[in-house]
Amino acid sequence: MNATAKNEPLVDYGLIKWHLGAAGVALAISMIAGFEYSLQFLGFFPHAGSEIASPGHFRLIHTNFAAYGWLVNGFTAMLYYVVPRLTGFQVWSKKIGWLIFGAWQFILVAALTGYLFDKAQAIEWGETPTGFRPGSFDLNWIPVDALIVVGAVLLISQFMVPLFKARHQKYYVTLWYLTAGLVWLALTYLMGNIVPEWVLPGASGAAVTGLFIHDLVGLYVTPMGWGLMYFFVPLILQKPIWSHSLSVIGFWALAFFYPLGGVHHFLISPIPDYVEFGAITTTIAIEVVVTTVVVNFFMTLRGKWGALRTNMSIRWFYAGAMMYMLTCFQCAFQVTWMFQKIIHFTDWVVGHAHMIMFGTFTFWMIGVIDWLWPRIVRREWYSNGLRSWHFWLSTAGIVIMFTDLTISGLIAGFMQRELNTWTEIVQASVPFWWVRTVSGGMLLTGLFCGLYNMLMTARKGAPYVEANHLVAVEAE
Amino acid sequence: MEKFYTLFFVAGIGCFVVAIVLSMVFPFMTLNDYQGMGYQTLEDLAAVPSDEFVELSTTFPEAFAEHYGEVSPTSYAEALRLGRDLYVGQACWHCHSQYVRVVSNEEQRFGPVSTAQEYQNALNKPHLWGTRRVGPDLSREHGKRTNDWHIAHLINPKNVVPGTVMPSYSFYFEEDGTPKKKGFALVTYLQWLGTTAVEDPQ
Ligand code: HEC
Ligand code: HEM
Repeated sequence: MNATAKNEPLVDYGLIKWHLGAAGVALAISMIAGFEYSLQFLGFFPHAGSEIASPGHFRLIHTNFAAYGWLVNGFTAMLYYVVPRLTGFQVWSKKIGWLIFGAWQFILVAALTGYLFDKAQAIEWGETPTGFRPGSFDLNWIPVDALIVVGAVLLISQFMVPLFKARHQKYYVTLWYLTAGLVWLALTYLMGNIVPEWVLPGASGAAVTGLFIHDLVGLYVTPMGWGLMYFFVPLILQKPIWSHSLSVIGFWALAFFYPLGGVHHFLISPIPDYVEFGAITTTIAIEVVVTTVVVNFFMTLRGKWGALRTNMSIRWFYAGAMMYMLTCFQCAFQVTWMFQKIIHFTDWVVGHAHMIMFGTFTFWMIGVIDWLWPRIVRREWYSNGLRSWHFWLSTAGIVIMFTDLTISGLIAGFMQRELNTWTEIVQASVPFWWVRTVSGGMLLTGLFCGLYNMLMTARKGAPYVEANHLVAVEAE
Repeated sequence: MEKFYTLFFVAGIGCFVVAIVLSMVFPFMTLNDYQGMGYQTLEDLAAVPSDEFVELSTTFPEAFAEHYGEVSPTSYAEALRLGRDLYVGQACWHCHSQYVRVVSNEEQRFGPVSTAQEYQNALNKPHLWGTRRVGPDLSREHGKRTNDWHIAHLINPKNVVPGTVMPSYSFYFEEDGTPKKKGFALVTYLQWLGTTAVEDPQ
């Protein structure tokens, strides 16, 4: 591909390293917060009675740090690696890169402190403080929403420059996802934070917040995740993706169908029925699309099954893909009214959310990190044992958590229909919440193994041996 | 098909706009055709202070006078606004929903099914429907419990409902149970929930 004009390296490893570090810290914060919140359900919340460090605030920190701290930092790091390689051009500017890095961590701190002081906004997954009451402009907090939009625009420009420069080339499918995904990120955030807060109240606003939750997952996290998989799976396995046409079908179907399903977060609600039916139909359609993607991944692995044993990244990727298939299969059912009337509002949905966010996207990202980290810090992994522990604790933990919450959700859902008293429902759920906390502890232990290993690799890992990391060697 | 412009404009912007039209503009247009979809501002909602708000002022005269002065539409509006802010800030809405569905016998458990009309007001911008019910739906909370019940419950839910997992919000109240400014606001807001419900949906 085109060589760069300047003598600078194509990829800047410093930015990747710091973004990954920040992502790791954010994931730890998110999971510790989630773990503490789960203790509230057992009556052991550690600092009960504190107005600032209250359980509700910890829930906000949990979900928002998972999204904006872990996923955004992690994906950004990976884009710094992937985009220049695929386009042959450097990103826009290194200085802007550090500015984005600093600004983004500032945003996270501002959001976190905002939550502690009751400044959250009533938009699920977009609770980041507005900073003032719409219409008044008297600042009561750092306007995090506005900063995120600025940050997102900078982030997009950073990567759009190489993407645009490469416009005459044929794009590999990863670039399709990244180009569209970056545009969607900014549009989604703008729409979701402005419209329900400033323009549309009540039921019309609910249609928009539903669209926002959905678009953030479907039009940012999903395209980034798929795009990265289409890059790293063939790279590590050293063979092309099984079917290019299938990947192209997958792309257009995602672009078209995915955003139409937004309203499925508020089914059987005052939102008009025909809109709900549209959302249900397109949601089921999207499961067909997901199947094409998953089939593509598994067919690519055909003949290289051994890599599941020998290559840690491939193991993370395909464990994630398995769970992806399962969640999406589940989704086609749970979106129907028949399931909704029982399982909506229960732990079932929480199980679903963790399976997709942790079991799939987090798994994929950890797989990429496993591959990137030795190359970035130029050292060998400190401990292979810890790598395995990280994987098996995470896998066992998420499978237990998902099964547990799914059953719990069904029980609670039926008890609600049977008009059991609310205390009975809560009491019936408590044993399941114990299992949830224990499995959460497994995830957390796994995470600490991983983070400790990353840290020790950077500090004490054996010197990097290039020959161990040639992709052809990794593939077998 | 695989060019930058196609991806940027057709996939990136085009598909996004189609979705906006279908799942934002269309429902908005339909809903706007319903009767009684006029928008109520906070001043409209607070024009007549609720009985519960008046009762708070007589039960805790000194504390009430200190934080809110007289009972008036202005002080009622202030309490409602602050109460909602706390409900959002403390993430009550991640444990409590605010809409009653036609299914799962919710009508019997909570009260009349929700309609679009009742959410057309400033305290539902953005709406607080929620997606999770660890605790019960609160959209029909108005008048279901007394002020004293709410105060006792918020101070320590376990004293009132032994098996609950709801956190304690004792920091909004003095030692003797007298509400602080935020305590008044939260109870006022809870007692307001459901007062906009409409009798006969279209
Ligand atoms: C961890 C989840 C959780 C959080 C957070 C939470 N609640 Fe609850 N809430 C419950 C549960 C469970 C119940 C049912 C048992 C009971 O009445 O305590 C409940 C019951 C209630 C009730 C009684 C409803 C009725 O009439 O029976 C009210 C009112 C209430 N909560 C208000 C609030 C407010 C206000 C907040 C925020 C300041 C809040 N809750 C935060 C879990 C929660
Ligand atoms: C230590 C491991 C974890 C524990 C103990 C944990 C616990 C929890 C708890 C208690 C809730 C609230 C559920 C409720 O409202 O009933 C929650 C919600 C959520 N968590 Fe986690 N979590 C963990 C890890 C993660 C990770 C790693 C992610 C994402 C990367 C994640 C994403 C989410 C999301 C998206 C929700 C919102 C679910 C919904 O509203 O339906 N969690 N978690």
